[in-house]
Amino acid sequence: MSDNTSNSGLPDEKDISRAMPSAESLAQSPKAVIECFQEIPCNPCVEACPRGAIKITEGINQKPSIDHSLCNGCSLCVYQCPGLAIFVVGIDRDNPSKGFISIPYEFLPVPEKGEIVDILDREGVKIEEGTILKVNDSKATDRTRVVTVQVSSGLLSRARFIEMKRRTK
Amino acid sequence: MRIEEHPVLTFKRYKKIVFYFEGSPVEAFEGETIAAALIAGGTATFRVTDKHQRPRGLFCSVGKCASCLMVVDGKPNVMTCVTPVREGMRVEKQKGKGDLT
Amino acid sequence: MKRQTDIAVIGGGPAGLSAAVEASSFGLKIEVFDDNFTPGGQLIKQTHKFFGSKKHLCGYRGMDISKILLQNCASAGVTINTEACVTGIYGNILAVLYPERFEEVESKAFVVATGASENCINFVNNDLPGIYGAGAIQTLMNVFGVVPAKKVLMIGSGNIGLIVSYQLLQAGVKVAAVIEALPNVGGYLVHSAKLRRMGVPIYTRRTITKAEGDGNTGVNSAVTSQIDPNFNVIEGTEIQFDVDCICLAVGLTPLSDVLELAGCRMKYIPELGGKVALHDEYMKTTRDNVFLCGDVSGIEEAVTASLEGKLAGLSAALYLSHEYREKIEKSRLQILEELRIFRDGPFGEKARKGNEKLVREYKYER
Repeated sequence: MSDNTSNSGLPDEKDISRAMPSAESLAQSPKAVIECFQEIPCNPCVEACPRGAIKITEGINQKPSIDHSLCNGCSLCVYQCPGLAIFVVGIDRDNPSKGFISIPYEFLPVPEKGEIVDILDREGVKIEEGTILKVNDSKATDRTRVVTVQVSSGLLSRARFIEMKRRTK
Repeated sequence: MRIEEHPVLTFKRYKKIVFYFEGSPVEAFEGETIAAALIAGGTATFRVTDKHQRPRGLFCSVGKCASCLMVVDGKPNVMTCVTPVREGMRVEKQKGKGDLT
Repeated sequence: MKRQTDIAVIGGGPAGLSAAVEASSFGLKIEVFDDNFTPGGQLIKQTHKFFGSKKHLCGYRGMDISKILLQNCASAGVTINTEACVTGIYGNILAVLYPERFEEVESKAFVVATGASENCINFVNNDLPGIYGAGAIQTLMNVFGVVPAKKVLMIGSGNIGLIVSYQLLQAGVKVAAVIEALPNVGGYLVHSAKLRRMGVPIYTRRTITKAEGDGNTGVNSAVTSQIDPNFNVIEGTEIQFDVDCICLAVGLTPLSDVLELAGCRMKYIPELGGKVALHDEYMKTTRDNVFLCGDVSGIEEAVTASLEGKLAGLSAALYLSHEYREKIEKSRLQILEELRIFRDGPFGEKARKGNEKLVREYKYER
């Protein structure tokens, strides 16, 4: 028996690729990516979406589904998902090699616009550096800040966290 | 160690007080338990067991086990995890079953 | 004369407080007895946003839900006794031990919501200072703002292990790894994914075999090994972690002593975490005036504890007065349906099976 078992607790690659919006829909607007792949008793994402794009049709244990044609990437669902499992990805229209991802962030220090941070993949490995484009730290986010960071568009399906270069005191 | 900054929580720290652990002064805040104040100050061992002299520290922190029993103001078997710390309190490591004499 | 009340609720966590609020709308005198000096049970240390649906206050952090419940209790006129440790129910008398005095309270009905205690597991030096239950770490860290360590090894990947690991990271403490004896992560994938993207490894089929350290500074290292499907340690697979704290999140056991003492029929149900009192679907035990709810009726989580609390509160109210029978029976059916919907998924399976066993056994006993 080999000891390759430290790699548990990650979503399945197939599920991840199915959750990603198509290139065509991304060309329209930014889109939410819902990485919620288990039947768990939870449904706030459904009510979070003002456009009715997210659905759980039966009970509250069903996995949510999203209609990317209705999603405009507003990111209201990002901070309302208790599992911090929703991200928004988008492509820069002026420079399609660049894109961005919005992630829920509950750590200190709170990033600031313009700051350069490390971008991490799902296993916490640095994949590149990026500039913070926006931070939503409003009352509505209730301390689950939504941080938008620039990412190479080729890494949109891999980038899932940031690490600050700056530390708290 | 005390948390100074937290992304979600703010800690209301009430009046700073001083109590004594094994005769040495320790700083604490009113409203804390004896155990929390000791852990904040870096104390690991709260008592030593009777039979095998094993060191014991805090374990459950909710008054359900007997790991954190100490002698407080001369009284043995005090559950320090659910007892608020008070100014001037004298807290000692409990050795074995404690002693009332 | 002894102090008198209509319903004595033992335990001021989500289950007990929900029971108290629910029962208070029928003109009854309700008192809650909690052994802690801050009521709210485990809710007060839950910094994460809760799952569930809007009805269950999803999206609020646990600590804020406890504030809401306490406000509801206050406006419903429920008395909450703190530092009030219940040592037994003797007939209609509740024995309560306060720090400096003892009291007997006479009550017509009892709702037992005592919760659960943390499990420990066997390994060499498992009694060293620096080894904590997950709840203890949460209390220190989230209630008192004290961190007990610089680097922690988490044992157990159920939701508690995963959530407390994340909270440790939020408090600035490093998490060396999460260790899980089973082949798969026990808690929600969304929780484990949060840890993984911060670089925390999760080792499955692995257990802790030994802690090292001394009485001066406590733990300084943890030795772990891979285990085979029969839970036997596989030689030569050790990984040692240099940590100053080991956190045990290896399950909970219902704190059902008070129920047993009260003469309720008990049964060991592994799916529910240990010995639990037999009860019907409306949370009534084999003693007509004793009801239960929350983790003491089987280990689950805060939303179901609250729902069970509502059921138990309604059932206790119904026992005392038939004036509102129709209304109460209707509300109970609604809550049962909510519980059914919540437990409908794969994570609710244990609770579903355990509760079915209990209710079946209860009917047989009757």
